[in-house]
Amino acid sequence: MRVILLVRRRPPSPEGLEDEFGRYEVEVESHERLLDALVRVSRRDDPTLAFRRSCGHGVCGSDAMVINGRERLACKTLIRDLVDKDGDLVVVEPLRNLPVLKDLVVDQEDFLAAYRAVKPFLIAPEAEGGKERPQTSRERAAYENATNCILCGSCYSACLMLRAGKPFLGPAAVAQAFRFNEDSRDRGFEARLEALDKPKGIWPCESKAECTKACPRGLQVARQINDTKRRITRYKTLHEKA
Amino acid sequence: MGQLEVHAFDALIVGAGGAGLYAALRASGRVRTAVLSKVHPLRSHTGAAQGGIGAALGNVEEDKPEWHAFDTVKGGDYLVDQGAAVTLAEDAVRAVVELENWGLPFSRTSDGRIDQRRFGGHTRDFGQTPVRRSCYAGDRTGHMILQTLYQQCLKNGVAFFSEFQVVDVLVEGARCCGVVVLEIATGRLHVFRAKAVLFATGGFGRMFRVTSNAFANTGDGPAVLARRGVPLEDMEFFQFHPTGLRGLGILITEAVRGEGGVLLNRMNERFMEKYSPRLLDLAPRDIVARAIVTELRAGRGVKGDGSADDYVWLDARAIGKEALEAKLPDISGFCRTYLGLDPAADPIPVLPTAHYAMGGVPTDIDGRVRADAAGGFYEGLYAAGECACVSVHGANRLGTNSLVDLVVFGRRAGDHLATFAAGADLPEPHGELGGEAQAWLESILSGRQGPHPADLRDEMERTMTEKVGVFRAGAEMAAALEKIKELRAACHSVGLADRGRAFNYELLDLLELGNLLDLAMVTAASALNRRESRGAHAREDYPERDDAQWLKHTLAWLDGDQVILDALPVDLARWAPAPRTY
Repeated sequence: MRVILLVRRRPPSPEGLEDEFGRYEVEVESHERLLDALVRVSRRDDPTLAFRRSCGHGVCGSDAMVINGRERLACKTLIRDLVDKDGDLVVVEPLRNLPVLKDLVVDQEDFLAAYRAVKPFLIAPEAEGGKERPQTSRERAAYENATNCILCGSCYSACLMLRAGKPFLGPAAVAQAFRFNEDSRDRGFEARLEALDKPKGIWPCESKAECTKACPRGLQVARQINDTKRRITRYKTLHEKA
Repeated sequence: MGQLEVHAFDALIVGAGGAGLYAALRASGRVRTAVLSKVHPLRSHTGAAQGGIGAALGNVEEDKPEWHAFDTVKGGDYLVDQGAAVTLAEDAVRAVVELENWGLPFSRTSDGRIDQRRFGGHTRDFGQTPVRRSCYAGDRTGHMILQTLYQQCLKNGVAFFSEFQVVDVLVEGARCCGVVVLEIATGRLHVFRAKAVLFATGGFGRMFRVTSNAFANTGDGPAVLARRGVPLEDMEFFQFHPTGLRGLGILITEAVRGEGGVLLNRMNERFMEKYSPRLLDLAPRDIVARAIVTELRAGRGVKGDGSADDYVWLDARAIGKEALEAKLPDISGFCRTYLGLDPAADPIPVLPTAHYAMGGVPTDIDGRVRADAAGGFYEGLYAAGECACVSVHGANRLGTNSLVDLVVFGRRAGDHLATFAAGADLPEPHGELGGEAQAWLESILSGRQGPHPADLRDEMERTMTEKVGVFRAGAEMAAALEKIKELRAACHSVGLADRGRAFNYELLDLLELGNLLDLAMVTAASALNRRESRGAHAREDYPERDDAQWLKHTLAWLDGDQVILDALPVDLARWAPAPRTY
């Protein structure tokens, strides 16, 4: 089958920052991924087209982009599903809320800096030498969903607060704070408050839940943000009483 | 163009998957360390590993590192260095506990310990029955390992240079002095000088048409080293994973069979009964891949026409919906996303997919790179992970042992490299730093005319898949070798259409293609040379294993358009080679 890709192009230099759309007609098999079509365009029709790619099956997070107006991974998006839903014209744009470096390649630094700020690692006393720390399946289930994040940036792109220019840490960073805060082995909740509990931290979130809808890994991001807010509030209430 | 930027560190690590990150963690606390990676570390292909990491914890039934080591040796068809296999199995236990202590969310037993499950070729009591040895986190074990190691690197302030592609290595005699890298964002070349360099660049399955490997798995480290005179070991041994999703090559973990899934042909026969009476569907991968191709050739594929896209079924229905969602959630998701089927209700169409390089840069158990067959080593040069060959996988790697390899030998190489760098001076390379790479880059971006790189890539993939695949024969491999030589020659005169410098993915594609062609040539030449069948190297013209002639490692040097071959002895100190039956 034949599809038409309209891909937003942006030159890499600061001069002439005029966006335009590249129009490519591509022959594809209906079971193929949008990534297959983009690779074909870049190898055959227009080698100047820039986009990141790696694993090709939705686990590395390289190829998040805005496809027909929604955040998706190009390698997890089948052409036939797009055509069935929206017809044979496919509009491909870079992630939102991040600076575009070239075409579909965005600068992820703001997104990753927010992630680093929440101390996304286990904070715990040394384990007893050479022994595993036990954890029940129920304890593991409390945070397991959040461990599936691949930091693709889809939620950051879909976030309405960030789009409105609010100084929010972003959904993924909070979800990763949640992942450790809720881990029975972790003792780092207070250490993470520094990044979370401030006007530019978790609080600008208004629970519009676009993050959950955008996540290609099925994270319950909005719920994890809300749970984290509640835990902070509870902590502060207790703390102030004491 | 202009001046190359020059940096200096004590230790450089090229590649940020499991091996590179583990080494970085060990080294960064002791010496000034930088990690260079062609993709952001979290995009590394370690993250795609699914089923588990083998370690004889004995949490759910009796197990011993010695059994793990033996299984590794036998699984590798006795081409494994046995002392290294013992190190692998013993260090695995400590590494898994260390990962748990760092927060890795392993799946748990009912009493809260790391759970373990069955995997192909892992047995109790030296081959008796399958044993539960694979520690896992759902079917996202590699993702969790990559995340955990990266998190620890953040905690320890490791310095990363992301989207830097290695293009050359600086070697003076036997001393490594640094690397030349392309900054993808700007198209500028940088020179990183260092006291010690570790290559951990991963695999090169992209030389084949159908592969489970990422786009980034193009063997950059081994190719760059080979072009500077470093030998490559056992390149003829490439693993085809039995169960790739039909048409896509996406990996369907062996854990599906570990949890009770079975392979079926068009008559709904459990055909592994014929090929491996004892281990059945949990036989090692080379045996299962050959069994599938044999069934297809005999007209017992689902289509039954012997065509290239014929396939067999992987039936996971007996596992049940609940266990599939709990223990194999990603697999269930892949089936839904890509094939529109539910593995709890429908069998999965599968075919072997190019998966893992057993061969690579020859090292000892501390990651030091071998210079020759006589026991010589390079100074300040290390390799670990899939790009290296210790050798613990021999002629066929067992499932889960890739993750074990990364963490065990990444860790050991990091320790050795840090100790070495702490006591070494920064070596002074001669000549103009990066001059050759710079000249090449300028010529390639000058708009010269040449063949289309995409055509060369298609032909390479087709040639390697058809002629150096699951079953091999002399005449076909000889033809493949000639074809790869032609493609290499053509690749040297390719012209680029994109002459920009920032994020020039055509340039990156070309660098990767050049690397793959170099490694494809060494693979085909090494395969043609080995006149026996062993592990993943199955020759129809030499169907038997021949220990008298071939119980030795291949060592291969790239020399212009020739491959020079030599041999390295195998460490057989523990177990005498025996017929490999399961």
